Amino acid sequence: MRMLKLNSNNNAEEMLMENSVVTDGKMQSIDLNAWFGAKHVLKNINLSVKANSVTAIIGPSGCGKSTLIRCFNRMHELVPNAKMTGKILLDGRDIYANDVDPVLIRRRVGMVFQKPNPFPTMSIYDNVAAGLKLTGMKKGKNLDEIVKRSLEQATLWDEIKDDLKKSGTSISGGQQQRLCIARAIALQPEVILMDEPCSALDPIATAKIEELIVSLKRDYTVVIVTHNMQQAARVSDFTAFLYLGELVEYGDTNGIFENPRNELTEKYITGEFG
Amino acid sequence: MNLKPSGDNLFKTLTTILAASAAIILLITAYTLLTGSLPAIQRFGIYFFTGTQWNPVVGREIFGALPYLLGTLVTSGIALIIGVPISLGIATFLVEMAPKTFRVPISYLVELLAAVPSVIYGLWGLFVMRFWVIDYIEDPLSSLLGWFPTFSGTPFGLDVLTAGLILAIMIIPTVSSVSREVIQAVPDSIREGAYSIGATRWEVIRHWVLSYGRSGIFGAVILGLGRAVGETMAVTMVIGNAIGPSAVPTSLFKPSQTMSSLIANGFLEATPASLELPAYMGVGLILLLLGLIINVIAHVMVSRVLKIKGGAVE
Amino acid sequence: MDNYVYRKFKNNLFFVLCFLCVIIAIIPLLSIIFEVVVRGAPQLSLQFLTQPPSEGGIGPAIQGTLILIGLTSLIGIPVGIMSGVYLAEYGNNKFATWMRTFNDLLTEFPSIVVGITVFTVVVLSIGSFSAIAGALALSIMLIPIVARTTEESLKLIPNTLREASLALGVHKWRTTVSVILPAAKSGLITGTLLAVARIAGETAPLIMTILGNQHFFLGFTQPMDALPLRIWRSALQPSAAVQAQGWGGALVLVLIVLSLNIGVRLASQGRLRR
Repeated sequence: MRMLKLNSNNNAEEMLMENSVVTDGKMQSIDLNAWFGAKHVLKNINLSVKANSVTAIIGPSGCGKSTLIRCFNRMHELVPNAKMTGKILLDGRDIYANDVDPVLIRRRVGMVFQKPNPFPTMSIYDNVAAGLKLTGMKKGKNLDEIVKRSLEQATLWDEIKDDLKKSGTSISGGQQQRLCIARAIALQPEVILMDEPCSALDPIATAKIEELIVSLKRDYTVVIVTHNMQQAARVSDFTAFLYLGELVEYGDTNGIFENPRNELTEKYITGEFG
Repeated sequence: MNLKPSGDNLFKTLTTILAASAAIILLITAYTLLTGSLPAIQRFGIYFFTGTQWNPVVGREIFGALPYLLGTLVTSGIALIIGVPISLGIATFLVEMAPKTFRVPISYLVELLAAVPSVIYGLWGLFVMRFWVIDYIEDPLSSLLGWFPTFSGTPFGLDVLTAGLILAIMIIPTVSSVSREVIQAVPDSIREGAYSIGATRWEVIRHWVLSYGRSGIFGAVILGLGRAVGETMAVTMVIGNAIGPSAVPTSLFKPSQTMSSLIANGFLEATPASLELPAYMGVGLILLLLGLIINVIAHVMVSRVLKIKGGAVE
Repeated sequence: MDNYVYRKFKNNLFFVLCFLCVIIAIIPLLSIIFEVVVRGAPQLSLQFLTQPPSEGGIGPAIQGTLILIGLTSLIGIPVGIMSGVYLAEYGNNKFATWMRTFNDLLTEFPSIVVGITVFTVVVLSIGSFSAIAGALALSIMLIPIVARTTEESLKLIPNTLREASLALGVHKWRTTVSVILPAAKSGLITGTLLAVARIAGETAPLIMTILGNQHFFLGFTQPMDALPLRIWRSALQPSAAVQAQGWGGALVLVLIVLSLNIGVRLASQGRLRR
């Protein structure tokens, strides 16, 4: 199995692996294939995500980027007719093993969606607290602390600290997205998946969130799907290029953008096709 | 100048008039009931709405509709208490839990419940279900809790409880199908957000889906209430047909009477010279008003929810 | 993990409970069908179906129901369809909105109230209970249902068809009658037949309009028997033999109503599949 692996200098290099499995990524996919019905959307993806880094997944529309990260937190299987083969390891253990409950995986691997989706029937406070309340945490100082901390980390606290009781949808789009990030962070996940988090936002809100993403990697592992190459270049440490369901190239971001190995990658980066 | 062709005019006028038929019928009905019941209401005044006696003997006439209004409300209430949770369970099951291949057959079977004529529900209730109710519900409850007023009396199956249970079954198709539409209209983005923070399937349904759809579901419940209130034959055959003060539904095991069953049973036997016929029409008037109010509320609620969620329908 | 086991338990419990709700709803349906068949089938014989009650049969009731279905359809279907045509083709104004509301309210009328109204307006004026009164009462219940299903079926026809016909110089009324109505034919037939099946089983409006009769049809202005009425009255008789007749009548009624329902469904499914 051919794989792009990171050596100790964080340079990508091609390695030939024989029957062994790389287990030093925070998460990795092994021979991942995914379908919607008969449509084969992901083909043999072998990808390793390093801990405490930002990994960007780029590629033209329809190449399977969203599907890929939705496999990482077991959201793909919620779609009727969705199928998947292969393994996805989190800290070396397959999240699709028979005895694993997706509910627990989703607590450790959080997600932020393309269109901000704060819960409209809940207040800002309740939005952030939702995940924790499910696990049994009661109202009180502890919960207040965590909500505050999550909103601070999502750089939203100062803007809404007096409006915690207002509905989650009463704030602007950019603020809603940061609220969704706070909601995900509140559970202290290990990995945060982001599916084109800025594509529905204006440039100022986008800039704020990009700043936030870079700061998140200190405590979390971030995987971000984006169709905006400049964004990938700005925020990520590693980049994976997907095309028509296949992983074409993967390596550290500078290497990919300045010196792509694959002709296809080069064509995409230089804008020869969208 | 364009003169509209007369064929078009004629057609439009014809269809307009026929479309107004519903309004015309409504007006005729209201007028008929109002004028028909006036003699009784004028004679008995407020007693007609608050009294419990019903005596058609000329010279000692007195008519009070309260027991039957209470009978309608109590049986419909039981229908809601039992029927709504079951309907919600069915709707939830069909939208959120059932594997695709089961959805059509199950929903079809539930819809068939609505195709059974009311008189056949009554027949089945009278000869079959009543004994289930006696054996499995009323006898045990009576022996355990017979001292409590709601469960007092010797149960023999033709009573408020059986009528309420039959109504519960009859409103299931309506409440479950509207609830189902409401639940389906809940945007997937809400479900995804809930799953992404590690909620179980049931938690997503209970805390997010049902909560988001609650006004539409409430509308479905009110629709079911409207159905239960207007139902006649099935209730008539299992409610025990009591008249007068003893018809007031003080216990689940007491025979009683609803407004519609009263009319169905007694209309043809009305003592001609007395005010009994106007009294029946007065009861019909109360029934009509109750039904109209409930259904107006229901339609406002449901159409507001479904129109917004489903996009432009008109 | 904290309350995880409890949450899992609740999840499975409610899945079972919801499934139980489905079972609870289906049991009465199965029981009704079972009892009607088991108790009613022994009654079915040529004599039962064609002889009057004096000979132990329910012939007049069956005849009455069929006559009512015919008369009601004759009166109610054209009015209902024309009403639906107005709402669909001319119905974008305030008047139409009000008519639509009144129409919806009429579908939910307590059926006994319809009976009282027709009794006062028709029976008292003519001076006798009559088939015509019964048909009018049933028509009042049929019209709003047919109007609604007609409106829905017509709205499904794309506007392009109307525009094409008008562009060819065909008058609007002709377009509606010769182009649009035939195009909506299957939806119209389905909706109408289902509505008729529903009305055929109604009892309450018949009580004070046709009264019931031991004899076969005597004329449109004479009292008449009908299946639902006969079933009701037989059920209340003390004689077990007469009660059994009620079950026989029930079987006949169920056969008429359910076969109409199932037949319409199968026909429309077949059309869709093609």
